[in-house]
Amino acid sequence: MRREVPLMICAIVGFTLIIVYFVPHPPFSDMRDLFSDWFSVIAAFAIYLGILNLLKNSVDKVYRKRSGWGFSIVTILGFLLFVSVGLYEGSDFGEFGTNYYYLYDRIYFPLMATMFAILAFFIGSASYRAFRARNLEATILLLAAFFVMLGRVPIGYYLTSWLPEGWRMGDVANAIMTYPQMAGQRAVMIGIALGIVSTSLRIILGIERTFLGGD
Amino acid sequence: MGFFERLIKIDRRIIFTFIAFAVALPLFFNVSMHVETTPEVVGIFSAVDSLSPGSKVLISFDYDPGSMPELQPMAESFLRHCFSRGLKVILMGLWPQGPLQANWALDIILNEPDIKEKNLQYGVDYVNLGYTAGNEVVIQRMGSDIHAAFPVDYYGTSLDEIPLMRGVRNFDNIDFVYNLSAGYPGTMEWVQFAADRFHAVLGAGNTAVQAPLMYPYLGKKQLVGILGGMKGAAEYEVLSKRPARGVRYMFSQGISHAVVIFFVILGNVAYFATRKKRKES
Repeated sequence: MRREVPLMICAIVGFTLIIVYFVPHPPFSDMRDLFSDWFSVIAAFAIYLGILNLLKNSVDKVYRKRSGWGFSIVTILGFLLFVSVGLYEGSDFGEFGTNYYYLYDRIYFPLMATMFAILAFFIGSASYRAFRARNLEATILLLAAFFVMLGRVPIGYYLTSWLPEGWRMGDVANAIMTYPQMAGQRAVMIGIALGIVSTSLRIILGIERTFLGGD
Repeated sequence: MGFFERLIKIDRRIIFTFIAFAVALPLFFNVSMHVETTPEVVGIFSAVDSLSPGSKVLISFDYDPGSMPELQPMAESFLRHCFSRGLKVILMGLWPQGPLQANWALDIILNEPDIKEKNLQYGVDYVNLGYTAGNEVVIQRMGSDIHAAFPVDYYGTSLDEIPLMRGVRNFDNIDFVYNLSAGYPGTMEWVQFAADRFHAVLGAGNTAVQAPLMYPYLGKKQLVGILGGMKGAAEYEVLSKRPARGVRYMFSQGISHAVVIFFVILGNVAYFATRKKRKES
């Protein structure tokens, strides 16, 4: 029963949502709404579960003094600080001028921005090392990157503004984005979609059972 | 070791230093650069411009402070455009940080002199619905009943008590949906559920990394337009005739792109100069 019940729930929900796509009328539309509400409740609990799991792992890491345990202390302190200030502020915690907003503005925002900004350095370094015209495919990629990177910033315009309209760097970048890039993305997207359909069907029909925790 | 061999093995900290200066130094100069507009951005601008005053626009803030430099200027210029056109704005987020980002943008735009004199009222001219867990399922639920997906707004007020939300039940009552996205859940989910299932008119603002993934939707008109990265924000500001942060930061972005291109060219010159030697060895 521990396996059959989840499989049955999965099949019922899966088939209902497929049917409601083609027949968006009661009782199927009501069932879709009911399942959507249940999903939101489960998702909300999953957030708490994730937070508690992170906290448990961090405490465990500090307790056993595993590698990087100092970072875990920062995680725990950050968690406690934000949660306690948020609870103290009550339902208006996100308002301007609150302590929670101050923490968000002065700690969370700069940290997140710094993490994202580091990408620029790694992109610069990785481009230098990896963007080599080793063969035809790599050369095409290199040229596309050259035109898109310069065509998407004003420098590209200044370099080629003397050319007739349609031949400037920005126009070439637009053409690359609109035709070969879009075609490539479509191919990738169709491949992913087919994979999702087949995996979903396997799960709904109970063929794929790894999500139950078994093998 | 020759010059080119040394160039190939250049310490990455040197590259980091160049990038740091290329990004940071231009920020100290107030250089106004020419920004060309693209059809993707014109698509969104025209769609909003064609809405009659009083039309309802839904903006979903699906990002966190990490993507703020790219997406916040888009949010601000879009909000400014909506308010100056007399549109009613409904804000929400599929990311927990989204509603805070929305308030951040609101705070800046509502304090601009021309918007301030309109004396816009919360609940009448704009509302922040807050965050609901559930990712794309929330969009699906909004398709049948927004009040069920968001029973209360960001401040805990029932949606039935908010004048702006009284006549809004689902996407049929919303004239334009604008999604600001930095990942999942984001534009892809809005296209698949709001645009495809419920025929919402959708535009999007994405980080520069994510924007290319959305072009197939643009080609199929599932998106009326897309703002990609800071350039997209700058274009929107130019179209609105209100140059702001997006335009100002284009100088920095332009120089940093040029530095990366310079290093790519340098790397290839060194690669070809040492190729013969590598083959021999």
